[in-house]
Amino acid sequence: MELIWDGVRRAVGLLIGLDREVLAITWLSLQVAATSTGLALIVGIPLGTLIALARFPARALVISLVNTGMGLPPVVVGLFVSIFLWRSGPLGFLELLYTPTAIVIAQLVIAAPIVTGLTLAAVQQIPPQFRLQMEAIGASRAQLLWLLVREARLPMLAAVMAGFGGVVSEIGASMMVGGNIRGQTRVLTTATVMETGKGNFDVAIALSLILLAVTFLVNYLLTVLQQRRRPS
Amino acid sequence: MRRTLYVLAALVATTLGAGSSPATAQSKAVILSTTTSTQDSGLLDVLVPLFEKTTGYTVKTVSVGTGQALALAARGEADVALVHAPALEKQYVADGKMLNRRLVMYNDFVIIGPAEDPAKIKGQAKAADALRRIAETQSRFVSRGDKSGTHALELALWKQAGVEPKGSWYLESGQGMGQTLGIANERAAYTLTDRATFLAFQQRVKLPILVEKDRALLNVYSVMEVNPANGPRVNSAGGKAFADFMVSADTQAAIKAFGVDKYGQPLFVPIAGKTEEEIGG
Repeated sequence: MELIWDGVRRAVGLLIGLDREVLAITWLSLQVAATSTGLALIVGIPLGTLIALARFPARALVISLVNTGMGLPPVVVGLFVSIFLWRSGPLGFLELLYTPTAIVIAQLVIAAPIVTGLTLAAVQQIPPQFRLQMEAIGASRAQLLWLLVREARLPMLAAVMAGFGGVVSEIGASMMVGGNIRGQTRVLTTATVMETGKGNFDVAIALSLILLAVTFLVNYLLTVLQQRRRPS
Repeated sequence: MRRTLYVLAALVATTLGAGSSPATAQSKAVILSTTTSTQDSGLLDVLVPLFEKTTGYTVKTVSVGTGQALALAARGEADVALVHAPALEKQYVADGKMLNRRLVMYNDFVIIGPAEDPAKIKGQAKAADALRRIAETQSRFVSRGDKSGTHALELALWKQAGVEPKGSWYLESGQGMGQTLGIANERAAYTLTDRATFLAFQQRVKLPILVEKDRALLNVYSVMEVNPANGPRVNSAGGKAFADFMVSADTQAAIKAFGVDKYGQPLFVPIAGKTEEEIGG
């Protein structure tokens, strides 16, 4: 227990003292997770809406694939993204391995199915009558899509939170494709593992607490946004 | 909602921008594949900034077990390797995958275990004899089991002892030295550890040193350059610069001074320019 209090004190000390390295690590974690979540939204929302509305052969198969993808193990993603980004791999010429961009790519692969799956569920729960009514009023196809996405915005914000939560907390992929390089690709999760390996348990606890605080803050902001304009 | 999207878009743009710019600076980046012990002891945190400042290269340190570090280098995924498994290193050099192996420094391994010492190994002069007793008494032993340099040495010692370690007393953690020390401590088991990591964990690990100072327990680190033939994008100039840096007089002095302020004793002994026979390895 004493150890946890040491960690709490250390965390407060690091934050109040504005330890530059810890701030940089925290900022990078946030930046990378926000970017990958943002890209996952760009991919996932249209894809999820499309799968929800369209009728095509093997639709059940596609939906099961998306649902399976929602639970992709980050280490598996990390391994495959590494192999693709290796110098000897198909995308080696981009020289992206061990850069923040590599982490964004891996996290995008993790978050996109989560956003797609939850969007799919969100759009599907809109009663079919809504669609019929809007078509009856004479909404164009584009207007209809926009209205559907608007109607589903509450559960979609949940998708944003789930995607962000999934990537900001993952460790396997960030470690493998980022390499935990000091000042370049060290994020909160990989730094926590490393400090534990070094036996600096108080610093490791401090970093975990910072990660929890950051995740809480982001979710709090998103929740405020979600609850502010309830559909009447 | 719309404002959030703008913020996200801005973040996307900055991160992608940050990631793509090094393409031009890439020839200035050196990928160092090395072991966890050099990183966990904090040595690289001292040496890498020194190297970057004097040469203008940036270093990407990938710290993994020695087995993986050499395997990555052999695929051309790194430019230079700093590792500690002499027998394995010589094999890679013989295969032409690694070039110009030079000794950098050493520290030593120790065998630690519960104070009650059920296998009665305390004070044994030969590490291999101590391991044989552990096997004979079926006393619990935690192995790294991860193809690291430490694991390689442990396997060599079992071979010397003429024992094939197997059974419920032999635990393989598959993790780094720190985690392995933790397991040995919790399960009151024997284990083989490098002295630097052991010193770093002294507050949390209550197992005393039982066997030390055997020549077979020397832990020798070497630096090797990656053969450019291993892959299309090996930065051989950068790799050579780092290898030269590791054996230079200034770096060797920094290695000698490292750890004295924190532990009251140096963690590594610099040996550049010496041969294995001279240090008794």
